[in-house]
Amino acid sequence: MNYFKIIVNGIVKENPTFVLLLGMCPTLGTTSSALNGMMMGLATMCVLIVSNFLISCVKKLVPDMVRIPSYIVIIASLVTILQMCIKAYAPDIDKSLGLFIPLIVVNCIILGRAESFAAKNNPIASIFDGIGIGLGFTLGLTVLGSVREILGTGSIFGVNIYSENYGMLLFVLAPGAFLALGYLIAIFNKLKKA
Amino acid sequence: MDYVLNLILIIITAIFVNNVVLAQFLGICPFLGVSKKVDTASGMGMAVTAVLLVATIVTFCIQKYVLEAFGLEYLQTIAFILVIAALVQMIEIFLKKTMPALYQALGVFLPLITTNCCILGVAILVIQKDYDLLEGVIYAVGTGIGFLLAMVLFAGLREQLAMSRVPKAFEGTPIALVTASLLAMAFMGFSGVDGGLKLVFGL
Amino acid sequence: MEKLKSSLTNMLMVLTAIAVIAGAALAMVNSVTAPQIEKINAENLAAGIKAVMGSDDIQVAPAEEIEGYTSYKVSDAQGNALGCAVTSSTNGFGGELKVLVGFDQEGNILGYTILQTAETPGLGAKADTWFQKDQKGDIIGKNPGKSNFTVSKDGGEVDAITASTITSRAFLLAIKNAYDNVIANPDAASGASAQVKDCKAEAGECCSDSTECDSINK
Repeated sequence: MNYFKIIVNGIVKENPTFVLLLGMCPTLGTTSSALNGMMMGLATMCVLIVSNFLISCVKKLVPDMVRIPSYIVIIASLVTILQMCIKAYAPDIDKSLGLFIPLIVVNCIILGRAESFAAKNNPIASIFDGIGIGLGFTLGLTVLGSVREILGTGSIFGVNIYSENYGMLLFVLAPGAFLALGYLIAIFNKLKKA
Repeated sequence: MDYVLNLILIIITAIFVNNVVLAQFLGICPFLGVSKKVDTASGMGMAVTAVLLVATIVTFCIQKYVLEAFGLEYLQTIAFILVIAALVQMIEIFLKKTMPALYQALGVFLPLITTNCCILGVAILVIQKDYDLLEGVIYAVGTGIGFLLAMVLFAGLREQLAMSRVPKAFEGTPIALVTASLLAMAFMGFSGVDGGLKLVFGL
Repeated sequence: MEKLKSSLTNMLMVLTAIAVIAGAALAMVNSVTAPQIEKINAENLAAGIKAVMGSDDIQVAPAEEIEGYTSYKVSDAQGNALGCAVTSSTNGFGGELKVLVGFDQEGNILGYTILQTAETPGLGAKADTWFQKDQKGDIIGKNPGKSNFTVSKDGGEVDAITASTITSRAFLLAIKNAYDNVIANPDAASGASAQVKDCKAEAGECCSDSTECDSINK
């Protein structure tokens, strides 16, 4: 299989945010700004790439009946390692993402890709699948974060575009997350048909 | 007395003010996935409440008597998720053997609950907020009831929605998300209630 | 290579192996990151204390626990007491709001910094700049014991953050609590002069530390 195709597949055809609708909790919970969304996406991507690779390497060694618990242990260790590294070397990210870092463990994307891709393909292809899906997720979160930040506070990545006083605060708050994502998916659907 | 009032405050805050789905964004997958009918939604809500209650007690004990006792706090995530996965399995087997009627009602939802992030989220939050066991249990039950409430309300809205005509691009999830947004807006009306109650209770 | 069969020995072996490897990897990473995390926390605290006392050249006494508040007595490089920095937390809009606030000897606010917040980004999270000097909700130099230290909506003299009254209330309450329990608390062993004045009034005598005050009061 063409590696480039795997990556594009993850970003467009199987985009986790807009098409598969997986990992909705961090998608809605961490996208109050473009930067937060991107950080969350990148953190998830790191875990996804390594977990895809490791699971693809050990898939023959793991008996079917203990498959899920083994995968969960692998994923949970990777998430914990990531969490410790973020705490130690990037405490600001830890502050803004908080609880959603350990919750990467239960992000359906990670276990979903382990089951549907890594357990069936070779390690190299699995890495590329991790990159593709990870990029797709990061892109989704960054777009959603940007939309919410622009509409809510009048800036993007912290750079001011128009006066904050005209921002629609709603978009930074909880209802705005649902609303913005709903409209983005509708737009994505429309574009896909066209 | 103050302690009891504090517990009441915790449960009200968990149900209405910091609603697990609509304000904290935990457990969104089942919220969007199994909310097409009111009865399945309420079944899922009850199953989640039950698992939350048991899981919080067990993870709390593990944190206090195993992880903290041996200085292994860094194994928290891994230990909690394994315990939750095992618990869900055990509850499933237990229900199947002892209460077949309840199993019939909740059984299909149980396997889905392991990857419901509100279980792991609440288990970690109880430790982070430094609750004692009773506070933790009350918080878990409140969160579960909040989840149930959000599920049932949302499913009711979606049942109505299924009968109305929706623009093509909005069919399915997009319109559900817009509806969820309106529901979340309604719940924002509760924000600040906890502060007011605190004054009323004199805490 | 054939996939391993799901026999009991295989399953046990694989699970044990994975658990052992995972545990070892975590322990290793933890041993590297744990000291680093501690270092960062200590640095943040030191930087925070410097910022809220408005001076770089300070000595910080070890932490004291007073009524559940952590207080650090601060003096300048020559050893003259400057006041103290107190951590205090309340429930904000989205969760716990934890602040570090510096008081001078009179109990006036020298500065503050937000240690932990779960407030709405872009709204309540603005608290870290809103109440600073020359900003809209300037609280620097105010004395929570003497001024009406609440938001203007509640009849106080501090302007709340736009659309974040709850956060503002929580923030001011955290500082007020710190003041009431640590600075103005006659039982607390802090050297702030608020209590010295009380002593003067009651005992007609000057004293510099609270244990003496207590004995005089008795």
